[in-house]
Amino acid sequence: MKRKRLIGSAIAISLLLLLSGCETNLVVFQPMGPQAQKIADLINWSLIWIGLIVIVVISMFVYFVWKYRAGANSKYEPEEHGNKWIEITWTTIPIIIVILLIVPTVRTLYDLEEIPEGYEDQEPLVIHVTSADWKWIFSYPEENIETVNYVNIPVKRPVIFKLTSAGTMQSFWIPSLSGQIYTMAKMEVELPIVADYEGSYFGKNTNFNGEGYQGMEFEVLVQSSNDFDEWVQEVKEKAPKLTEEDYTEILKPSHLGRLTFSNTHLDWIDHADHHADEYLYPDLYYEHGYPGQIFYDEDNDENAVEETGGDHNHEH
Amino acid sequence: MNIKWDKILLGGDPLLVGSQIAIVLTTVGIIAAITYFKKWKWLWNEWLTTVDHKKIGIMYILSAVLMFFRGGVDGLMMKAQTAVPENTFLDAQHYNEVFTTHGVIMILFMAMPMLMGIINLAMPLQIGARDVAFPQLNALSFWLFFSGAMLFNLSFVVGGSPDAGWTSYFPLAGKEFSPGIGNNYYMVALQIAGIGTLASGINFIVTILKMRTKGMTLMKMPMFTWTVLVTSLIIIIAFPIFTVALLLGMMDRLYGTHFFTVEAGGLDMLWANLFWLWGHPEVYIVVLPAFGIYSDIISTFAKKRLYGYTSMVWAVVLISVLSMLVWVHHFFTMGVGPAVNSVFSITTMLIAVPTGIKMFNWLFTMRKGRIEFTTPMLWSLAFIPTFLIGGVTGVMLAMAAADFQYHNTLFLVAHFHYTLIPGVVYAVFAALYYYWPKMFGYKLSEKIGKWHFWLFNIGFNVTFFPMFFLGLNGAVRRAYTYSAESGFSTLFLISAIGSIILAAGFAALVYNIYWSFRYAERNVGNDPWGNGRTLEWSIGSPAPHYNFATLPEVKTIDAFWYMKKEKKGLGLRKSDLKPIHMPSKSWIPVYMGAAFFVFGFMLVFEWHILSIFGGLAVLAGLVFRSFDYNSGYYVPVEEIIETEKWRGEIK
Ligand code: HEM
Ligand SMILES: [Cu+2]
Ligand SMILES: [Cu+2]
Repeated sequence: MKRKRLIGSAIAISLLLLLSGCETNLVVFQPMGPQAQKIADLINWSLIWIGLIVIVVISMFVYFVWKYRAGANSKYEPEEHGNKWIEITWTTIPIIIVILLIVPTVRTLYDLEEIPEGYEDQEPLVIHVTSADWKWIFSYPEENIETVNYVNIPVKRPVIFKLTSAGTMQSFWIPSLSGQIYTMAKMEVELPIVADYEGSYFGKNTNFNGEGYQGMEFEVLVQSSNDFDEWVQEVKEKAPKLTEEDYTEILKPSHLGRLTFSNTHLDWIDHADHHADEYLYPDLYYEHGYPGQIFYDEDNDENAVEETGGDHNHEH
Repeated sequence: MNIKWDKILLGGDPLLVGSQIAIVLTTVGIIAAITYFKKWKWLWNEWLTTVDHKKIGIMYILSAVLMFFRGGVDGLMMKAQTAVPENTFLDAQHYNEVFTTHGVIMILFMAMPMLMGIINLAMPLQIGARDVAFPQLNALSFWLFFSGAMLFNLSFVVGGSPDAGWTSYFPLAGKEFSPGIGNNYYMVALQIAGIGTLASGINFIVTILKMRTKGMTLMKMPMFTWTVLVTSLIIIIAFPIFTVALLLGMMDRLYGTHFFTVEAGGLDMLWANLFWLWGHPEVYIVVLPAFGIYSDIISTFAKKRLYGYTSMVWAVVLISVLSMLVWVHHFFTMGVGPAVNSVFSITTMLIAVPTGIKMFNWLFTMRKGRIEFTTPMLWSLAFIPTFLIGGVTGVMLAMAAADFQYHNTLFLVAHFHYTLIPGVVYAVFAALYYYWPKMFGYKLSEKIGKWHFWLFNIGFNVTFFPMFFLGLNGAVRRAYTYSAESGFSTLFLISAIGSIILAAGFAALVYNIYWSFRYAERNVGNDPWGNGRTLEWSIGSPAPHYNFATLPEVKTIDAFWYMKKEKKGLGLRKSDLKPIHMPSKSWIPVYMGAAFFVFGFMLVFEWHILSIFGGLAVLAGLVFRSFDYNSGYYVPVEEIIETEKWRGEIK
């Protein structure tokens, strides 16, 4: 009895959630470019098999529990303890399902590394992405412009993001366009994407990196190629130049709004380089509680703040 | 040495001051009560210095229930904070501390000790042994766990909590980005508890390999004991990795080395690799004994032999091997390339096969059985469909390309709660109801137990099911708030309501413990469920301190079941009784716990000179132990006869 009620309410709840889920925005299922599309296809394929497994197992479960409850007087064989063929069956079927899921997974993994089909002949737009606490810095080396916390890209043209970090590890995610990838200091990873439709999409960091993690978001604006060229031109003409001092300020832990510059920090520092200078400000991260000893490196002296650990307690 | 006295206690926040006051009052209250009832001596002799595996088990479980409370309150605080958008109940920093302590406490100071407690309690009884192989080491393991847990909890009010997540990824967790001492607590407290766990692993392996009673071959062991054996093997393989990682992390934080820093060529990914090389096996360390518990309980209450025993054993072994080969699935997004990701996708998905085998075997154990819906059985039944959801979403996450979209979202949080809660917590509850009479001589109330069951189950699903959808909507984990425009509000609110129901379920358990302690019927007999299959049900309830008056002889699997059936091997003859040799109690384990606590505290606060003295205090314990020649004592036959009176007259 009770079991049935449980199942009943479970189904009701899941339906309810499914419906409410559809109303809101299941961003992962609304791909706006070929990379995200490939992942969504893979997920849909997996859902078929997962659904099948769930249905089979739950049905068996409900049936057995109901049929063999004490007092039901169904067949009772306390000594039964195995059957070779049954066991071989339920080993083989899962192996087959695993193979059915693995093959497209591997294929998708390789596909995601490449510039999507149909776009190979275009020259990709290269954008360097530097993550810092708690902002995203986008540098367009070819165009020689730099933006903070937003990135504009042309529609239907391949873009290659080359990502690194100035400090902590972050994860770069534009769910409408592709899956995530980590940014790490002193190394570089690449993420090719294409956007099929103009529009504005959200991007964010998903890898926890301290107090300001929550607001570490950016906007991706996909424009027609004319609009994009115009925008680049305008930035080149109107945006201020980024100086090394400004840049040092930007790298300090903070939330910034949007910024735009008509040159890039790549002129003097590439954080992806293994021997890149560090910009570390341990003092600025002190929260509360007992301060620990901070170790300064000579390389970092020029950037470090001249204060000893924990003597300023910023309010929260 | 420059001690900043004014910064030792955290202050300012009403939440913290309130907790400090509460902690002080509770401590004073406990001390006053013990003194008033003149229980100090009893406490010292019967509990603090005990080496009896059953009492150690009970202490583990008691501490773990307390830790569940703490971890649960953390969980509720997070749910309260995210119930509505842009809430200000907790600020970012506090939320970060809360999910960090929640994760660490739930896994290392709740799930682990709960299972250690149940293992301690049941495993020696299942194999017909009188204690574990090294009883004093066993007590040491407990006190090291306790010391680590207390040190870790202290961080909330003294010095500041760790705030870099339970994974404590570098470089974030290093001094460059977390200059307070909060994360020192993580490095030091987990190290202390970890040493204890490692010792337990060794202890259990030796116990199972060397101390099985006559006739109990490996393939006649109860399933739970099998899982304990395999789990212990994983412990001794995986924990040393964590020990090293924590040591390196501590060096980075305390002494300025550069293993994982951004500066001077440290490798942050080395931490991630070491952490998950331990961390993934760790989740199997907690889940495998749970599988064992379910196997025993399902077969008991279906009144049927476990289906596919041999394949169950092989499945556990296979899972344990695979569990060491999958760690990269925690960072598919690190950009290591499709080849590596493919390999780890495959190994991860393969785990689904032995897990599926186990699922089907449980189902077929019930087929053609006579299922009785007792509380332990209800928890075991609920486990199957809920864990199924955890399992299939695990397969979805294992598909690396798809994981690029799920990683670090609430989809992941929902997934691992769907594995850990049915996979560990339900098993722990099942085992508590199941073994309670063996521990204390009375059952927990079945009626309140059903309240506990339904509230907890409904609450759990309402809390965590919406998180799958939140994740697919783009809601990330560890974010302390979200905007109203995000469209997450409804699901977050449903989830928060669920957590209140969940909490009510936990309250029902606590009430059940209280109620049953006061009113439950005593004298439940040796086999209170009436269907006991394994040796632990052949001895009195509560189990006598020497366990078995005479060591039983085992001829089949489910030995007690067949003894009852064939009415053979159950009686006790006076002529067979001999004085029983038992280990003496010892003060050294509890001393070591205290010494490690002090040592750890000094390390956490980076008082280097004082920490040397702390280290010497630990060393002193080791020296004392080397000169400890106590070789135990004998339980006289008269005492045995007296204790075994419940069997009727012994001839
Ligand atoms: C009792 C009810 C529980 C509630 C209400 C709860 C709730 C939560 C919430 C809200 C989060 C964080 C979500 C986020 O901000 O990312 C979380 C994280 C976590 N929970 Fe639970 N949880 C519960 C039980 C458990 C149990 C029993 C375990 C383990 C045995 C567990 C292990 C974890 C872990 C490891 C994390 C990740 C922490 C981190 O991100 O560092 N939880 N839980
Ligand atoms: Cu890297
Ligand atoms: Cu894992």
